Amino acid sequence: MDNYFEIKDLKVGFKTFEGIKKVLDLEFLSICKGETFGLVGESGSGKSVLALTILGLLPIPPGIIESGQILYGGEDLLKKREEEMRKIRGKKISMIFQDPMSTLNPVFTVGEQIIRVIRNNEGINRKQAEKKALEMIELVKLPDAKNILIKYPHELSGGQRQRIIIAIALSCGAEFLIADEPTRNLDVTIQAGILKLIAELKKELKVTVLFIANNLGLVSAVCNRVGILHEGRIVETGTVKEVIKDPKHPYTVTLLKAIPANREEKIDLSRILLRRENGQETGGCRYFDRCPERSGQCSKSSPSLTPVDGSHLVACFKAFERSGINEQTAS
Amino acid sequence: MFGKMFSPEVLKPQIRELKLSIYLLNKNKLTRLSMITVILLIAFAILAPFIAPYPSHIYGIANPQDKLLPPSAKYIFGTDELGRDVFSRVLYGTRISLQTAILAVGLALLIGIPLGAIAGATGGYVDEIIMRITDIFLSFPPLLLAIAIAAFLGPNLQNAMLAIAISWWPWYTRLVRGQAVSIRERQFVKAAKAIGTPHFKIVFGHIVPNCIAPVIVQASMDLGGVILTAASLSFLGLGAQPPTPEWGLMVSTSRNYFLNAWWYSFFPGIAIFITVLAFNLLGDGLREIMDPKTRKY
Amino acid sequence: MKTFIAKRLLLGILVLFGVILITFTLTRVIPSDPAAQWVGPRATAEQIKAARIELGLDKPLYIQFGKYLQNLLRGNLGYSLKSHQPVLNELKTYIPATMELVLLSTIGAIFIGLPLGVMSAKRKDEWVDHICRFFSVGAVSLPTFWIGIFLQLVFYRWLGILPMGDQLSMNIKLMYNIPKITGFLTLDSLITGNFIVFKDALTHLILPGITIALYPIGLVARMTRSALLEILNEDYIRAARSYGLPERMVLWSYALKNSLGPTVTVVTLSIGYTLVNTFLVESIFSWPGIGNYVATAVISLDYPAIMGVTIFSACAYVILNLIADIIIALDPRVRI
Repeated sequence: MDNYFEIKDLKVGFKTFEGIKKVLDLEFLSICKGETFGLVGESGSGKSVLALTILGLLPIPPGIIESGQILYGGEDLLKKREEEMRKIRGKKISMIFQDPMSTLNPVFTVGEQIIRVIRNNEGINRKQAEKKALEMIELVKLPDAKNILIKYPHELSGGQRQRIIIAIALSCGAEFLIADEPTRNLDVTIQAGILKLIAELKKELKVTVLFIANNLGLVSAVCNRVGILHEGRIVETGTVKEVIKDPKHPYTVTLLKAIPANREEKIDLSRILLRRENGQETGGCRYFDRCPERSGQCSKSSPSLTPVDGSHLVACFKAFERSGINEQTAS
Repeated sequence: MFGKMFSPEVLKPQIRELKLSIYLLNKNKLTRLSMITVILLIAFAILAPFIAPYPSHIYGIANPQDKLLPPSAKYIFGTDELGRDVFSRVLYGTRISLQTAILAVGLALLIGIPLGAIAGATGGYVDEIIMRITDIFLSFPPLLLAIAIAAFLGPNLQNAMLAIAISWWPWYTRLVRGQAVSIRERQFVKAAKAIGTPHFKIVFGHIVPNCIAPVIVQASMDLGGVILTAASLSFLGLGAQPPTPEWGLMVSTSRNYFLNAWWYSFFPGIAIFITVLAFNLLGDGLREIMDPKTRKY
Repeated sequence: MKTFIAKRLLLGILVLFGVILITFTLTRVIPSDPAAQWVGPRATAEQIKAARIELGLDKPLYIQFGKYLQNLLRGNLGYSLKSHQPVLNELKTYIPATMELVLLSTIGAIFIGLPLGVMSAKRKDEWVDHICRFFSVGAVSLPTFWIGIFLQLVFYRWLGILPMGDQLSMNIKLMYNIPKITGFLTLDSLITGNFIVFKDALTHLILPGITIALYPIGLVARMTRSALLEILNEDYIRAARSYGLPERMVLWSYALKNSLGPTVTVVTLSIGYTLVNTFLVESIFSWPGIGNYVATAVISLDYPAIMGVTIFSACAYVILNLIADIIIALDPRVRI
C-alpha cells in the first residue's frame, strides 16, 4: 500500500446548542494511487462532511475539526493555509457534487463557468481557455460542444449538467476526484451513462477516485475497494470482493441484504430503521442498538478497525471472535 | 390518553424547540438588550405621569423664568422655550409614541386581516379585486401615502394615526391572504364546508383564528417603523399639535432654538432613535430565531 | 419579454390611476372649502360662490374627476392656492435640487451600502459583521429630520466648518450667475468651469447629503447581507470554491450576480424612500427642492401643491419600479 492518500484519526464535530455533536470519527482510511475507492453509508453518516473536510470547505463554525490528519502525497491538508488549499482545489483534488441541478451557477453560461475556472487555475488567455473548454466538453461526450458553451444551466438536462460538472472538475488536471453521490438525483438510465463516463475518464486521465454513495450495489460495480461508513466510523473496509463475498460486520450484512437482488430472506426492517438519539454517547459500539448479534461487551467499549485477513479490516467484537483475533478497543 | 399527550416522551420535540429558542436568544446579546429596552420603554409609557419629576410641565404651564435652561441637577434634560422640563415631556412622549403606534397598527390589522382572509378564502374575482387594490397601495412608499392622507384629513394625532393605518394595512392583507390560501386547503376547513357552515363563519371562525399569530408577530416587528413614521408626520406638522409632548413635534419646535439650546432637540430625537432601534433590533432578532434556516443547529 | 414589459406598464398605469383616485377623493372629502382657500380669508360669500364656479366645484363629482384627469394628461396640475402659480411650473424649478440629493444618496447606497452588506455577509458573526449590522439597523432607525439638526449643531454651530443650509453662500449667490444646463448646481458649475461656485456648492451638499444618504445605505446594506447569506449557502458557491476559484471572485461575481434581483429591488425601494425623506430633510437645510415646497404646502394646506408632489413622487416611483423589473428580467432564469 503506498501513501498516496491517508486519513488518520480524523474527528470532526458540529457545534450545536446541545453541545458538540460528533459527525466523523475515522480511525483510518487509505486510498492507493489510481484506484477507485467506494465509501458507502446511509444519509447522515458523515460522507459529505468528509468530502468537504478533505477540500477544506467545511464551514467552521459550526464545524469543528477536533483532531487527525489528512495526508495527501505525504502532506497534511489540515495544516495547510487557505491560500495553499486554494491551489490544491481544482488543480490536484476536485469534487463532483450530488445535485447537478444546484451545482452550476444559474446566472452564468456554462462556457463562462468552465472558462473562468480554467483561466483562474492555469493563467492562460481567454482564447486558449475557450479552446480547452471545448475539448473538455468533447471529453465528457457531449455533442455540439460549441452550442453547449453558450447555454445557461437551466437550458440543459440533469445528465448534461452532471457531465458539464465533471468537465469543470477535471478541467485543470486534477488527479484526485471526489465524487459525492454523483448519480443520486438522476434517472436510472442516465446514472449508468455517468458511471460509465467516470470509469472511462478515470482510465484515460489516470485519476484516483473517491466514490461516495449510499448504495453498496452501485459501489461494487465501479470500485476496487470499499469502506463502510456507519455514523462517522468506518466499520469495515477491504476489496470489493472481500467485503461483498465475506462481510464481517453485521451492518455490512444488513446493507447487502437491503439490495433487492440479494434479498433472499426477509430482513427485520425495524432494526434498520432504529436510529440512535442525537448526540447520545454510550462509549460502546455505535451499532449496538441495531445490532442483531450484540452482547454485553459491545455496550461498554468500542471496537477498533483491525485486519482480519489481508487487506480486509473490520471493527466488530463478534467478527474478531469468529476470526480468532484478540480484542482491539478503540481509544 | 391525556396523560400520554403530555408525557415527556411526546413533548420532547417541543421542549427541544423551546430550548433552542432560549439558546439562540441568549447567544444574541443585541436581541436580549433590545428586549430589555422595549420592556423598559413600555414601563416608562405606563408610569410616565407618576415618575416624571414635573408632571405639570407635560402638557404645559409656562415657567418663563426657567426658559431654555441647559441640563442641570434640577432639569436633567434642560428646559424648553416655555420653561418646561424636557425630561418630563420626553418621558411622557414614550406613552404617546407607543400608544399612537399600537393604535395605528391595530387599526391597520383591523382592516388588513379581514380583507386578506376574505380574499384568500374566497378566491376568484373577489380575491383579484382585493389584491389589485392592495397592489396599488403597496406600490408607493408608505410615508408618502401617510403624508398625503394626513395632509388632506387635517393635522392632528388621530388623523395621523388613521393615515398610517390606511397606508399600512395592505402589508397585512397580503400576509394574511397567503396564510388563508393554505389554510383553505386544510382538512378541518373542508370538513366545515362539507357540513354546510356559512362562508363568513368559515372565514372568521376558522381561517382568521388560524392565521392571526404570524400577523401579530409581523405587526409587532413593524412598530419601530410606525413610530418613526408617526414622529415624521408630527415633525411636518401633520400629527400631534402643541402642547402635546410628542417627540417629533418637540424636535420640530426646537428648530427655532436648537443653535443655542442643543438639549432641546437632542433628547427627544435620541428618544425616537433608541425606541425605533430597540424595536427594529428585537424584530431582527426574533426573525432570526424563528427562521428555520438559522434553526438547523 | 415584450409582453412582460407591456404587462408591467399596464400595472404601472393602473397604480397611477389609483393614486390619482385616492388623492382626488381626499381633496373632495376634506372638511375645509377649497374655494374659500382660493379667495382668501376675508372674501365675501359672493366671491366664494364665484370661485366655486371658476374652480368647477359646482359640478357633479365624476365630472370633476374627468376634468381633473383631462387636465393631468395635459400636464396641468392645477394652481397653487398660495402663490396662484401653476403647480407644474413650481415643481419644475424645485425638482433638480431634490434630484441632486436623491442621486447622491443612491450613489451612496450602491457604493457604500452594497460593499458594507457584502463584507457583513462574508464575515458573518465576526466583529466586522456586528459593526456593519449595528450601523445598518441604526441607520434605518435614525429619525432623518433629527440627524440633520444634529449634524448642523455639530458641524455648523460647534465646529463651524460647514454651512448650515441652502445650496450656496449668500455672497456667492449674489456674485455669480450660474446658467442652468443640467439643473444640478454642482454639475453646472463644473461644466462652466466655475470652481469657486463648485466648491461652495459642494460644501453645502455635504450635510444634507449625509443626512439623506444614511437611510438608503443602511437599507441596502441590510438587504444585501441577508440576500447574500442565503446565496452563500448554495451548492454552486461551494462548488465554485472546490474548483479553486479565489474568494474574491466567488463573492463579488458568483454570489453577487445571483443577488441582483433583491439588490435592484432594494435600491429602487431606497430611491423611493429617499424621495419622501427629502420632505423631512430639505426644510431643515433650506434646500430649494420639492421637499421644502411640500413641507411649506403642508403647513399652509395648499392642496393642489401637495397633490402635485404626491402625483410626481408616485409617477417617479412607478417608473423606477418598471426599470427595476426590466433589469431583473434580464436575469437568464427569468428570461423566457
